[in-house]
Amino acid sequence: MSDNSSLRTPSQRIAWRATIVVSTLVFIFLIAPILAIMPLSVSSGSYLTYPLPGLSLRWYDDFINSPRWMNSLKNSMIIGVASTLLSMVLGTLAALGLAQWKSRFKPLVLAFVLSPVVVPGVITAVGLYFFFAPIGLTGSYLGLILAHTALATPFVVITVGATLQSFDTNLTRAAASLGASPLDAFRRVILPLIMPGLASGALFAFATSFDEVVIVLFMAGPEQRTLPREMFSGIRENISPTITAAAVILTTVSIILLATMEGLRRRNERLKGNVE
Amino acid sequence: MTAASLTGADPQTKVPLKRRLKQAERARQIKALALVLPLLLFLLFTFAGPIAGMLWRAVDDREVRQVLPQTIAALASWDGKDLPDEKTYAALASDILAARTAGTIAIAAKRLNYALNGFRTILTSTARNLKAMPDTGTAKETLGKINPAWRERTTWTTIKDAGGPVTGFYLLAALDLTRNADGAIVAAPADQAIYRDIFARTFLISLGVTALCLILGFPVAYLLAALPPGQSNLLMIFVLLPFWTSLLVRTCAWIVLLQSQGIVNDSLHWLGIIDAPLRLIYNRFGVCVAMTHVLLPFMILPLYSSMKAISPAYMRAAASLGAPPLTAFLRIYLPQTLPGIGAGSLLVFILALGYYITPALVGGAADQMISYFIALYTTETANWGLASALGAVLLLATILLALVYGRLVQGQQVTGGMKN
Repeated sequence: MSDNSSLRTPSQRIAWRATIVVSTLVFIFLIAPILAIMPLSVSSGSYLTYPLPGLSLRWYDDFINSPRWMNSLKNSMIIGVASTLLSMVLGTLAALGLAQWKSRFKPLVLAFVLSPVVVPGVITAVGLYFFFAPIGLTGSYLGLILAHTALATPFVVITVGATLQSFDTNLTRAAASLGASPLDAFRRVILPLIMPGLASGALFAFATSFDEVVIVLFMAGPEQRTLPREMFSGIRENISPTITAAAVILTTVSIILLATMEGLRRRNERLKGNVE
Repeated sequence: MTAASLTGADPQTKVPLKRRLKQAERARQIKALALVLPLLLFLLFTFAGPIAGMLWRAVDDREVRQVLPQTIAALASWDGKDLPDEKTYAALASDILAARTAGTIAIAAKRLNYALNGFRTILTSTARNLKAMPDTGTAKETLGKINPAWRERTTWTTIKDAGGPVTGFYLLAALDLTRNADGAIVAAPADQAIYRDIFARTFLISLGVTALCLILGFPVAYLLAALPPGQSNLLMIFVLLPFWTSLLVRTCAWIVLLQSQGIVNDSLHWLGIIDAPLRLIYNRFGVCVAMTHVLLPFMILPLYSSMKAISPAYMRAAASLGAPPLTAFLRIYLPQTLPGIGAGSLLVFILALGYYITPALVGGAADQMISYFIALYTTETANWGLASALGAVLLLATILLALVYGRLVQGQQVTGGMKN
């Protein structure tokens, strides 16, 4: 740790050390559970306890050869990708519109658009369960994709909206005056500029869908069970080490998403630094 | 685009510029609205509509009315003081016979049983034993003979109350209230009055988790804000990795850690601190630990961004004016972090209120929060009215808190609601 130059008195130094000690403990609290579960997935025993009796890949083997788990991974991917794409389209359009729209109702509309993030999952799930069942959308991929899109779109609206705040609307005017059609102007002027926001929005959207389990619990039939849903019943019924293999796979996806996000952020900061 | 209408090449050149600008602006606004419209319609279908439907179910009460239409109509003119007249009994007998043929007795029986325990038996036994339509003038006697409950006033007030089409019954039940035979709102019987306790429990767990998050999150946010960017970015991974890790993975991890043969118990035993394993999971302790772990990043991130915005010059100024470090911290630094503390705490509290998965997996029967009961009544017992009413109460609490949150973060760039 670097020495803080403004620390002069002994009591300040003690307070700073205490902060470091407490923070270290909190960091351990945050990260240790995730690290502790990983080695169990390569255990050769069938109990989730340490020390490991030996190493083996049997639980990954079990995962790959289980139609249930593989099907759930496939479902998570299908629903995640589809709802990400849909929320990118809806969210970008809305963010573009909201950036230009001047009205005293705008805060209200914005609050409505963002509300799916705040409303408890169970309430959304119960509402959808009642609403989608009579029209045949429960137990279908379409129903889950629509529901996850509703949850994921606010993230796209926010991230794209944030990039639009620094967006100079004269650029679209310039494009139009140079003869670009609105579609051309969007594709060649607006889209490249909002790309960083759109990309991080898409990551959030995918993560939201990939991790969502409450709506899936209510709406998915046996055919549409996703990976978190399968883990939920796995934890409830009997915890087998296959779950830890699934957990490692889920965490790997999370790390990839996080790393991509960090990369985007760094790149963004670098670009901003060049401009200023 | 607006530029096209300003080039002067259009046929409207004679219209004053001011008006043309206004028209162009209006066109722009309409276009802007048209871009937002798809999302609004989409959310109407996939979010607002379903929730409105749920709220409607909390007051919808048409089941009894559909199964026993003549009885409800006859009861409309009943003053509720004495037993209803012969005409009403005849209407009931006719309704029951019709419902038995249609196979809808169970629908009404289920609804009436919510209001009066044992009503299911009254109705089904009557349906079973009523052979045919009683002779004119004997309906009262016949029904009373089949089941003496028909000679009681409460039986009839229960039917009348459940006559719909809308009712406050479920909403009252969600607050442990009910109407007595005279229509006054009174406390529900003790065996049904469980929801206030559950709301209180939900509130307490959320409050406890929020306090834990604040206590644990404050020093971390302070450290991250005080360190140079290189180091704090590195340490930020410790906050962001759990944040991005699946909720199920984290919940599962705590089960592995805290179970009786888990790492924590084994370590404590190995260190000689305990002889027998402690019960750390499937109880309140496990719920609080796991929920704090899941929600801690939501506290750290808004705290961090509010602390990052505090200029170190303030503290230096306080020190140069002779304030002891503690005084400077309490009177200069802490007040400036209050918006961050408020935003983070509210966010964690709002999210904790609606928690379902974590308590369901790591809690015992006595640690289930309100969401669990909403889910239970929806999928297991199919008491949709009560599930919706409990949902309405939870939704109201969430909306009120979210409004306060919106006020709090208004103007400041706290992205606490977001993942970064």
